[in-house]
Amino acid sequence: MTNMLAETMPLVEALNVSRRFSRKLDYAEKIANLFGAGLEEKTVHAVDDVNLAVYPGEVVGLVGESGCGKSTLGRVMAGIMAASGGEVRWKGQPLTSLQGEDKRAMRLSAQMIFQDPMSTLNPRKRVIDLIGEAPKVHGIVSGGEMRDYVAALAERVGLDPSYLDRYPHQFSGGQRQRIGIARALAVKPKLLVCDESVAALDVSIQAQILNLFMDLRQEFGLTYLFISHDLGVVKHICDRVVVMYLGRVVESATPDELFDNPKHPYTQALIRELPSVADRRRVFTPIKGEIPSPLHPPPGCHFHPRCPKAFDRCRVERPVLKENAAGHVSACHLNDLAVHQTTNATAEPAI
Amino acid sequence: MTPVLEVKNLSTHFMTRRGALKAVDDVSFTVGQREIVGLVGESGSGKSITGFSILGLVDPPGRVVNGQILFNGDDLLKMSPAAMRTIRGKRIAMIFQDPMMTLNPVLSVGTQMIETVQAHDRVSRAEARQRSRDALGLVGIPSPEERLDSYPHQFSGGMRQRVAIAIALLHRPDLIIADEPTTALDVTIQSQILFEIKRLAGEFGMALIWISHDLGVVAALADRIMVMYAGRIVEAGRVDGVLTEPRHPYTSGLLSAVPAAVPRGEPLRPIPGFAPSPLSRPSGCAFRDRCARATDICATEPMLEIAAGREFRCFHPHLWSAA
Ligand SMILES: Nc1ncnc2c1ncn2[C@@H]1O[C@H](COP(=O)(O)OP(=O)(O)OP(=O)(O)O)[C@@H](O)[C@H]1O
Ligand SMILES: Nc1ncnc2c1ncn2[C@@H]1O[C@H](COP(=O)(O)OP(=O)(O)O)[C@@H](O)[C@H]1O
Ligand code: SF4
Ligand code: SF4
Ligand SMILES: [Mg+2]
Ligand SMILES: [Mg+2]
Repeated sequence: MTNMLAETMPLVEALNVSRRFSRKLDYAEKIANLFGAGLEEKTVHAVDDVNLAVYPGEVVGLVGESGCGKSTLGRVMAGIMAASGGEVRWKGQPLTSLQGEDKRAMRLSAQMIFQDPMSTLNPRKRVIDLIGEAPKVHGIVSGGEMRDYVAALAERVGLDPSYLDRYPHQFSGGQRQRIGIARALAVKPKLLVCDESVAALDVSIQAQILNLFMDLRQEFGLTYLFISHDLGVVKHICDRVVVMYLGRVVESATPDELFDNPKHPYTQALIRELPSVADRRRVFTPIKGEIPSPLHPPPGCHFHPRCPKAFDRCRVERPVLKENAAGHVSACHLNDLAVHQTTNATAEPAI
Repeated sequence: MTPVLEVKNLSTHFMTRRGALKAVDDVSFTVGQREIVGLVGESGSGKSITGFSILGLVDPPGRVVNGQILFNGDDLLKMSPAAMRTIRGKRIAMIFQDPMMTLNPVLSVGTQMIETVQAHDRVSRAEARQRSRDALGLVGIPSPEERLDSYPHQFSGGMRQRVAIAIALLHRPDLIIADEPTTALDVTIQSQILFEIKRLAGEFGMALIWISHDLGVVAALADRIMVMYAGRIVEAGRVDGVLTEPRHPYTSGLLSAVPAAVPRGEPLRPIPGFAPSPLSRPSGCAFRDRCARATDICATEPMLEIAAGREFRCFHPHLWSAA
């Protein structure tokens, strides 16, 4: 499967993509300044030189802690936010080169589904219009067919079509998420970027929505970029998992590889600390230290202040992604050390 | 040993235009000294309102309409507001999901902590500062002396939550009620905080009520677990027993719905249907329309059964062989 994928063209691809924000002071910080806190505006490297290819039909999971740049990368790859450096390609074409009809088609083909659907659903519109407006505007359905089209979609995502004339606040969190999914599907997308789409839901509703995502994948031939901080969820539904730390990709592998054989010390810690009902671990062995602020990322390997295995080189040189096994890459200087040790071991007797 | 907390037949209702919303409905439980109790359930099941009721923090139109809340033997519901204020923060502390519920954005962390110390203890400012610094150190904040002068926004989310925990610890309370305090945090940071909390609770002999919707967290942390559904505790007991041999169909439904319960890539097994609206719960067992075991008798109220250290409300509990 990996080989087959390697020969097809990615549906969407990030090439050395960076995204910087200049961070303005927020209200609390301005007030704090009145009290002499002395805060300044700073540049945040939300995404720092990332390469990521997503192939047609794949489900790629993007994990990492809050603020590590998952949503920003997701938005840039969906084409709704511009990169500050590097290039995003859609079916091989740089997004910046797309014009007119191609640009519009790409915009429709990549849809985002958010954690809190309320924030993207206009509270003054009925469900019928929330779902049906975009396909009508874009000529996917005529005005006359709209209601039937929306009713069929609603049915498909598990919403009672008799609710179509209601407003979003009249629905539960799980139902609103279904509205958000139906709305995305209505424009016949190829790629769904799901940003913490099940994070706010209770386990049982979460299970319903995850099942829906998996069924739709088959039925509509969808590709997913699935952003989540929940490793259990990602492990379950993804073909490949990409781990981010402070704006950078640190490891990528199939779920089985990643969970059985994690290479990066940060991934190892994530997996070790995952609470589970099955193994009732009574002791915690947390990695030390705080996640550093993206305003002052540490030099070299971003993880070095917390890494139990850090050595001198980690403090000065950024590790690059290297292949550990077929389809498994990680960015850690230990990769080189392992190679050195083995070559030395075999070389020595000869000397 | 008398329990730290004994809640008896607690009911807290919200008076809405459409009638009384029974957020907490006839809830009884005890928390022993030094015991860690996990309170789990779907959102809206009444977990937070149970915690708020204990601390006397339910605002109108909500009201505790029935029950007793015995704290070291004294009924908190009969206490004057002044007496309640001395207990809140000093003998019982609460940690919220959003640490900014505790922290004031325009005051330095040190100022807030010193005020908290002096609110209950007549000590000098220097001594209060010393205690605040020690508390920050205890929860693993590096260079606590300097950090006292920082403002909340200068901390990361995980550190802010540690500060909120440090504030809760200032008076070494007998009981801490923690309402999903790690839900918004990364697992590596969550793990650090669980580690510290467990250590400190043991060290200071504090009891803990840990509210969460994450069964994995409760499994790792708690001695005992209580499962809430539609305003009621439907099952309670030792964590080992409840999570390995659940008696109530809702508990087993929750356990089966997590991704880890099925092989990778296979369809998950959600509990069918949805939690009922708190204004229109079915009569009898509120889980009835979602339960595969329901029979006619479930239209009547299942009573609380207590057997072998386990409590549950169900007419047809799962049976487990005694092997
Ligand atoms: N519009 C913006 N202006 C300034 N800074 C931003 C903006 N959007 C994101 N950032 C910053 O960029 C970094 C990455 O943010 P992003 O939202 O991508 O994180 P995330 O990994 O999705 O986190 P979470 O898990 O909390 O959703 C953070 O430090 C964030 O504060
Ligand atoms: N201020 C309020 N007014 C009306 N109803 C409320 C209020 N606060 C909570 N409720 C209701 O009480 C029930 C229990 O809420 P809560 O204890 O917050 O649930 P949980 O913490 O388990 O998610 C819910 O149905 C909720 O909608
Ligand atoms: S490069 Fe060094 S600091 Fe970074 S993860 Fe590897 S060993 Fe740790
Ligand atoms: S009482 Fe009946 S409906 Fe309720 S959980 Fe038990 S079997 Fe199911
Ligand atoms: Mg995000
Ligand atoms: Mg709550």
